[in-house]
Amino acid sequence: MTSVVNERSTMEAFGPHRAYASGLRLASGVEPDRVVNTHCCFCGQQCGIQLKVKDNEVVGFEPWTDFPFNRGMLCPKGVKRYLQGAHPDRLLRAYQRDTTASSGFAPLAYDQAIHRVAEAIGRIQQAHGDDAFAVLTGASLTTEKAYLVGKFARVCLRTANIDYNGRLCMVSAAAGNKKAFGIDRAANPWEDILPAEVVWISGANVAECAPITTEYVWQARENGARIIVVDPRITPIARTCDLFLPVKPGRDVALFNGVLHLMITHGWVDETFVARSTVGFEAVAEHVRAWTPARTAEVTGVPESAIRQAAEWWGTAQTSFLMHARGIEHHSHGVQNVLGAINIVLASGRIGRPGCGYATITGQGNGQGGREHGQKCDQLPGARDISNPEHRAHVARVWGVEPESLPGAGVDAYEIFRKIDKGEIRGLLSICFNPKVSLPDNNFITRALEKLDFYVAIDFFLNETARHADVVLPGSLHEEDEGVVTQVEGRVIKINKAVECPGDARQDWRIIQDIAGALGRPHGFTFDGPRAIFDELRAASQGGVADYSGITYEKIERQFGVFWPCPSEDHPGTPRLFESGSWNPVARGTGPFYFPDGKARFNVAAYTPPAEDTDADYPLMLTTGRVVSQFLSGTQTRRIGPLVDQYPEPRIEMHPQLADRLAVRDGDWVTAETRRGDCTLRALVVTTIRPDTVFIPYHWPGRKSANQLTIAAQDPISKIPEYKVCAVRLRKAAAAPDHAVLEPQQG
Amino acid sequence: MPVAANTEFFIDPSRCIGCQACVQACEECDTHRGHAMIHLEYIERAQSTQTTPVVCMHCDSPTCAEVCPADAIKRTADGVVQSARKPRCIACSNCVLACPFGVPKMKSEFELMMKCDMCYDRTSVGKKPMCATVCPSQALHFGTREEVERLRPRAQPVNRFRFGQQWITTKVNMMAPAAPPAYIDVTAAMHAGPTGRRYALPVVGAGASG
Repeated sequence: MTSVVNERSTMEAFGPHRAYASGLRLASGVEPDRVVNTHCCFCGQQCGIQLKVKDNEVVGFEPWTDFPFNRGMLCPKGVKRYLQGAHPDRLLRAYQRDTTASSGFAPLAYDQAIHRVAEAIGRIQQAHGDDAFAVLTGASLTTEKAYLVGKFARVCLRTANIDYNGRLCMVSAAAGNKKAFGIDRAANPWEDILPAEVVWISGANVAECAPITTEYVWQARENGARIIVVDPRITPIARTCDLFLPVKPGRDVALFNGVLHLMITHGWVDETFVARSTVGFEAVAEHVRAWTPARTAEVTGVPESAIRQAAEWWGTAQTSFLMHARGIEHHSHGVQNVLGAINIVLASGRIGRPGCGYATITGQGNGQGGREHGQKCDQLPGARDISNPEHRAHVARVWGVEPESLPGAGVDAYEIFRKIDKGEIRGLLSICFNPKVSLPDNNFITRALEKLDFYVAIDFFLNETARHADVVLPGSLHEEDEGVVTQVEGRVIKINKAVECPGDARQDWRIIQDIAGALGRPHGFTFDGPRAIFDELRAASQGGVADYSGITYEKIERQFGVFWPCPSEDHPGTPRLFESGSWNPVARGTGPFYFPDGKARFNVAAYTPPAEDTDADYPLMLTTGRVVSQFLSGTQTRRIGPLVDQYPEPRIEMHPQLADRLAVRDGDWVTAETRRGDCTLRALVVTTIRPDTVFIPYHWPGRKSANQLTIAAQDPISKIPEYKVCAVRLRKAAAAPDHAVLEPQQG
Repeated sequence: MPVAANTEFFIDPSRCIGCQACVQACEECDTHRGHAMIHLEYIERAQSTQTTPVVCMHCDSPTCAEVCPADAIKRTADGVVQSARKPRCIACSNCVLACPFGVPKMKSEFELMMKCDMCYDRTSVGKKPMCATVCPSQALHFGTREEVERLRPRAQPVNRFRFGQQWITTKVNMMAPAAPPAYIDVTAAMHAGPTGRRYALPVVGAGASG
């Protein structure tokens, strides 16, 4: 059959189109039917927000000033998030791929679609084994959904191959925290930023990616804090910081080692804390002996004087807060970068006390909760280890299955695509993940998607990846379901339902259960709602490191969230980890850290250059990241008109010294090339970036996608891809690219 | 109900991160839905990420009202300068040209001058203005003077401005360094460049152009 599908027709039918306020959303004086206290659907800050509902439509918002984390504050994404509802692109029914239809899809009755999915899963697993069907999920799902999908993969599909898009986000920090502290969670609530004498921010574009954290940092400064920012770009938070360290991309661990070297040589190490509460310091001290200020400066590109100043401020402070984000984590040695950061925190002894803090700034809405309860390939609920027999036995008991029936650890999200490419994985279910935009070297991802025997996508909009699906099932928007998520501080909060699902769309947990039923394996998949799923999750997490057993929906509402661990209903939760004398289920009273001896671990953090360093052919470094008005792969934010208008299209940010050599002026079309692909975008010529580095935001698809260029090198421990550095060359483009005629949000 | 006398507006541009939450939220205000009245400008993007938000300063003697030939712009007793009154406004743009802070906007589709009214629908019922409520950096802050003195010891509110020979006193405060000048000389500052971090680095591998 001849295919008549073209991408333009698909976009015409399914978007992305831009929605703007109209009708009730533009009218003055509309009395809402109700106002629902809930949270933003985007980043890990999870700001409290009130949604105004009229006639089963979210018509606007009101700042929720009582919620303590953000006290009404919102970024532009939060302000306009309400426009994602009642959207013209919304999937209102199931579809199947149909190459005779110009859009590429034909409508399908929901029950038939479920039947087709079950039939395909059965066929593939029978012919190629259980692991030949994989599941890819996302960290924007509520914890109940993440838990249920993890259980579905292990119990219903019996596949080892489930992983999630947190693989692109938090896994380096998670792995580093587990190695050093035995637990993966922000160590402190954000209020501990306020009394810090030094706030150290490494690789975190706080103003654009975690805007609400800005106010905490500025308030610390009002209280007398010095702000140190480490970044290749002078981001808005860096502009007025007290000390800026313009690090070369991929060299963060060298900087931390150099700082620790100076702390040791100047006697700025808290030796009492190190002796009493840590192990492994000697080996690390020996390792950093070679990281003299001169060598550190040479490797990092940061002036020696600035390194010495940073070490002195950090070394002599009485209180401090160190935070980092993807800037140090998105590397082929991301875990080493994180361990380097933790080493200078442990050496300072400033953790586990008021005003003494450390945290990664979790990126995704449920980045924290989404990784704790079973959609990560090596983890079971309660942050349990799928390879640990005791952990398997506990979870198997809650699930009513034999421990032996649970599969072992699967492979990471990128490796799933390599296995698809090799023909080992033949079928895929994805939910809440848009890898065609978000994974590195994404031309490879596109080729792999076309090799699948069967692909089913569950989503509320047809994202770019789902255009390759055989069946599309209409899932639920954030405001159409309830459940919990865990935000950046480790605070478990409650998402409340504001409106009903439209058309044939339904809550994702119902869809998963419908597939289990159609497969003839409904046992364990007959929950009547998120509350019932949460109750089982609480039991499954009980006794684990991420213990939610004492958390209830009511307690969350009452306390404005509950910090895990919360091991019993009379326990208030644990805002600050590692307090002296605190109890945890691993140390059992021997110390505050989550190891049998209760002590934290120093880890030698070795520096290695990026997987692909610059050379004569590719002489510049490419780094990627976000802009404030867009979020991740843009499935939602590229459909919200005012957010698109704020930053319509990606631009290549470069220093005027570089632009001059290329004879490029601001706004010119420039082609960036790497060994994997090329991309032609307009230049943004600014002095706020290192002259040897260029930056492209990654939210756009197709020929505008930065991830055509990025490298699929991964950290050997966390498997996070190296989004933050690869070798690139630039040239002025002869003409505007073909994509210049598309609407800005399309690609 | 008037805006409570003990609550004031404080702008601290050194906190601004340019996120435009204020612009997006301004559009959501009930009195002018779909239209942002606030201004957010890059000082000079090529050199700096510095941005600054401008709301109506609500002058004691509003130039916009003084130059209005139709007497369409009113200052209520609580010191808030309101948008032009629709029945009176003749859309002449005198106010747009005359305002030293560049605040009023001529909406030709309505033949009406519109401007920031400090979210009068909100502030007159005890709420904060939309922009200052959502502002993630609190560069836009609405609260009591006592609160600001307690929370922000590094800066002092200033509400006297000089534009050439014109002196203006405003209801809205601008945060200035801890030992603030008696007034802010806007004309003198007009040609100053952006402030904040800059650095110069030689191009690594210069000559090996891509």
